Amino acid sequence: MATDPNAPVLVMEGVVGGYGRMTILNGLSFSVARATITTIIGPNGAGKSTAFKAIFGLLNLSAGRIILEGKDVRGFSPAALIGEGVCYVPQGRNIFPELSVQDNLELGGVALGTTKAMRPRVEEALDRFPILRQKARAQASTLSGGQQKLLEIARGLIAHPKLMLIDEPSIGLSPLMVKDVFATLQKLRDQGVSILMVEQNARSALEISDNGIVLETGRTRLVGTAQSILNDPRIAKLFLGAEVDLETPASP
Amino acid sequence: MNQPHRVLPLALGLLLVAGLAGSLLQPYEVYLISLWAVYTISALGLNLTLGFAGQISLAQASFVGFGAYATALLLPHGVPFGVTLVIGAAISFILGILLGFPALRVQGHYLAFVTLALATIAFLVFRNESWLTHGTSGIDKIARPFPFTSGVAYMWLCLGSLALVTLGVWWLLRSPWGRAFLALRENPVRAASLGIDVRTYTLLAFAIGAALGGVSGALFAPLGQYIEPSEFALPLSFSLLLMVVVGGSGTFMGPFLGAIVSVALPEVLRSLQDYYLLIYGIIVILLLVFSPDGVVGIIARAVARLRPAAAPVEPTP
Repeated sequence: MATDPNAPVLVMEGVVGGYGRMTILNGLSFSVARATITTIIGPNGAGKSTAFKAIFGLLNLSAGRIILEGKDVRGFSPAALIGEGVCYVPQGRNIFPELSVQDNLELGGVALGTTKAMRPRVEEALDRFPILRQKARAQASTLSGGQQKLLEIARGLIAHPKLMLIDEPSIGLSPLMVKDVFATLQKLRDQGVSILMVEQNARSALEISDNGIVLETGRTRLVGTAQSILNDPRIAKLFLGAEVDLETPASP
Repeated sequence: MNQPHRVLPLALGLLLVAGLAGSLLQPYEVYLISLWAVYTISALGLNLTLGFAGQISLAQASFVGFGAYATALLLPHGVPFGVTLVIGAAISFILGILLGFPALRVQGHYLAFVTLALATIAFLVFRNESWLTHGTSGIDKIARPFPFTSGVAYMWLCLGSLALVTLGVWWLLRSPWGRAFLALRENPVRAASLGIDVRTYTLLAFAIGAALGGVSGALFAPLGQYIEPSEFALPLSFSLLLMVVVGGSGTFMGPFLGAIVSVALPEVLRSLQDYYLLIYGIIVILLLVFSPDGVVGIIARAVARLRPAAAPVEPTP
């Protein structure tokens, strides 16, 4: 089946789900356009990371559809989703610290099944990230925080994903490293990878994004181009830390 | 020492040297070299389960027992040795999968106890089901397969089998399976997030390790040409565990070196008679205190000291 290049890579339709009896996603709907960076912003508890878990098959859903490249993948296991071209870079540190950089990268290719399929992909990742090639034999724990995040991204790319889900990539990184990681994501987007990102550092994230989605209490409150969300005064005030006018006296 | 592709020639070279040396030595030394090869096969299996996949097992001796009894009982019925070896390995593989199921629910000490239970049951079967196993009187006159009837020829069969197993383990560790075992040992939750089927790989880690125990047992039975239940009881499981840990758990060369220590040290210390176990125990404790990564760790550090350029990359701030 030929895929329409203008069709969205991912469509969420009325997704309902949560943890145990607690419903977090209350009919979540949005779509991710091909070869774009789409950033989800929203207050704590809005369901941003939960949305990722829902897409990656880590959450029990009670309703809704998750359409990846025209195929309903709701209920697929993480392994099956990797096969379908989804990769998930969770929040925090997710490398295997005791193993070498090379071992960590090779772990991204386990789902490929054979050494023959895995090796060229690892080489490709090392070509893409020269700093990782330089430290291929070093223990992964000796990498800096930013390098570890790049390693996670590189590992995710081994499976040649169509869609990368990346949760809070800037957490715990210095501003310089955040810039590095964001530049890497832009480069990947230019090479055709669709990226869906959740980010607390909303303004910086939207600045490098094509589209934005604002979530609130497990529902989509607003979708639009990243620029339009950045320029929306209500959103700016609520989520982007817009300056508060200190000259105006507070009401009694 | 951790990189299988770098140490494979070393392992195969070690086998060749052992074989050539054995061809010039007395029958007892030839027997010891054969025993080393047999134990190394079993320890390589346990090293996959414990060292690489991180699943403790105290039942490895039982799998050696299944392999040994399968061969000892089937050979007199005219079943060729190659077939009895495959049957022994297959029985152990299947029982290894069964042993793997508890590992999906319990870990660490609890898993050790579950495997201990299997080891105890297996020993009781070997000892009490005398209609099948001949009980405590054991099975004797186990014939060696033609043309490996002489001590030296049988040693070459053991070393050749070890060479094949070494190549198999080397291939496995370099394959995505080997990577998956490592991920399982390091962090099962992260492994699952990479699409690694934790359940399948845990069961396989037990099954492959057990199957190698079975292969080792099949070679063990015609080596001494006599087997009895106590040979496959807990002391052998502990001894195999010690080979893996003393050699260097989770390293490719660990089982080879651990098995040398386990087979050779008692011979070296034989003159001390009753004090032998005491001295052996002290040596093992000292080794583990000063080199928790075993003999392999000592050698790796010595090599690194001799070749400063090969030192690992400095940590970045």
